[in-house]
Amino acid sequence: MNLAALSMPTKSDEAFRYADLTALAGVWPVEPEEITVPAGASEALSIVQDAASGAVARQLVVTLAADAIFDLRILNLGGAYGRIAVDARLGEAAQFTLGAAQLGSGDQVLEIVTQVTHAAPDAVSRQVIRSVLAGHATGTYLGKVAVARGSNGTDSEQSVRAMLLDRTATANAKPELEIFADDVKCAHGCAVGELDAMGLFYLESRGLPPEEAKKLMLQAFIAEAFSGAAEEEKLQSLALKRLGDML
Amino acid sequence: MANDYSGMTVNERLFGAGLLDDYDRTRAQGDLTKLNELLAKVGLRFENGSHWDLDPSFYMLNINNLHATVADKPILKGLSLTINAGEVHAIMGPNGAGKSTLGYVLGGRPGYEVTGGDVTFDGTDLLALAPHERAAAGLFLGFQYPVEIPGVSFVQFLREALNSQRKARGQAPLSGGEFLKLAREKAALLRMDMDMLKRPVNVGFSGGEKKRAEMVQMGILDPTLAILDETDSGLDIDALRICGEGINAIMRKPDKAVLLITHYQRLLDYVKPDFVHVLAGGRIIKTGGPELALQLEEEGYEAVA
Ligand SMILES: Nc1ncnc2c1ncn2[C@@H]1O[C@H](COP(=O)(O)OP(=O)(O)OP(=O)(O)O)[C@@H](O)[C@H]1O
Ligand SMILES: [Mg+2]
Repeated sequence: MNLAALSMPTKSDEAFRYADLTALAGVWPVEPEEITVPAGASEALSIVQDAASGAVARQLVVTLAADAIFDLRILNLGGAYGRIAVDARLGEAAQFTLGAAQLGSGDQVLEIVTQVTHAAPDAVSRQVIRSVLAGHATGTYLGKVAVARGSNGTDSEQSVRAMLLDRTATANAKPELEIFADDVKCAHGCAVGELDAMGLFYLESRGLPPEEAKKLMLQAFIAEAFSGAAEEEKLQSLALKRLGDML
Repeated sequence: MANDYSGMTVNERLFGAGLLDDYDRTRAQGDLTKLNELLAKVGLRFENGSHWDLDPSFYMLNINNLHATVADKPILKGLSLTINAGEVHAIMGPNGAGKSTLGYVLGGRPGYEVTGGDVTFDGTDLLALAPHERAAAGLFLGFQYPVEIPGVSFVQFLREALNSQRKARGQAPLSGGEFLKLAREKAALLRMDMDMLKRPVNVGFSGGEKKRAEMVQMGILDPTLAILDETDSGLDIDALRICGEGINAIMRKPDKAVLLITHYQRLLDYVKPDFVHVLAGGRIIKTGGPELALQLEEEGYEAVA
């Protein structure tokens, strides 16, 4: 590991703009976790970050060889500070999926920071990020998609949505594109909102208590992050349990 | 014998006197004479499906001088209305008169602030209850504009809603199988394809399909009082008949009542009202029998107001 990686980042480092640097200092430096998916192989990983307290920071460095498939799902919900950074480099016609939900309450600071590099032609990346934030929690998604020169046929999508349960919670979302190729399809959408009051009243008027009505709507809100995952049910039920505690 | 029944529902009175089972059986047989013999023992009387003859606190719904504002704007301005078990009431009135507002206030929609008056439902203070508690108490509000809820299926939410209601009433929850059987039965009653109930709530439904789905929900939840806000609007000719017959099948019972909000006679051809009210300027300005709806259709509101 080189020295630069060991020195603490500052707020002026784009990828650490919203980080809790004081909390991060306690777990710095972060040892990168290397994952390599060989040519033509298909792998999947789910990460449930459910630390009881304190700070957690992880850095995944994923390399997808040509035609490799990697399906990554993240449920980020524990700790006072929980950061998961993913650096993915996609070879020719590789397919990368990231489905992530972060659920925060109290004074939690949760973040997902991604850098997806389409290093060769015809690779596909799909990111679905859903945050549900209550109390004074902060949820951040910083996601950069870089398309290298000559990576024609790139197909990249970022869908980023956050739901604030209280006006005191904060969501930061910054999908970013850096494109050096011509024939590319890059879509990104980003929205921060609150639960639909009319929808809640409709459900309640049929007999659902308010917490149950909210839970149902939030469950539907985060479902897309886990749909199609090998461990979809497990992730959904862990998320649901956490939502139940938050409401 | 000085029995004090005040604050008790009809069922509670009968239960207290050990007559509830007898009463249920007699009612199922449709023996009105025997029914009234039983009711007389607890100070009640049932007349030809039209009304309970009892003190005001025993109306199923008793709205007394209700005032309500929306966004600080007064909408309901002293509205009074009583509904007895076994009755169908229709409310008609010009656009913006406050008809939907009345439904929302009775359902407990946030932002609809009651500034005066009171409402009792089966003898309890309706306005003190949260929306889901009103549902558990037996109230159903059919929406003029049913709400779309992406990602939540009808069956999922209705099973939870029904079981929440049952829990509040001290009844055991329905299993998945029992619930699906019930849902299938009510979907069939309204001729709705069961597959539609597996879809997200109202998402992508046509206007008429949404209204029909409201009636399926009413069938599943089996309320004692249904307030149906323009259920007929958006329905095609066949759907109007199916929904009308559905309302009769589900709600035309001696212990249930319906408040229909409508602009037209067409639904009333199927669901015959006992009373028709005209709501204008936030109050009931006229009440009559079924003929009033016909007169309104002929002459308009200005003639009767
Ligand atoms: N959020 C709001 N802010 C201000 N005024 C409102 C609001 N919601 C409703 N109103 C007003 O309240 C009045 C009553 O509305 P309501 O929906 O109860 O009428 P209605 O009798 O159901 O009419 P329609 O026959 O068109 O359905 C209308 O004048 C409407 O504009
Ligand atoms: Mg209306």
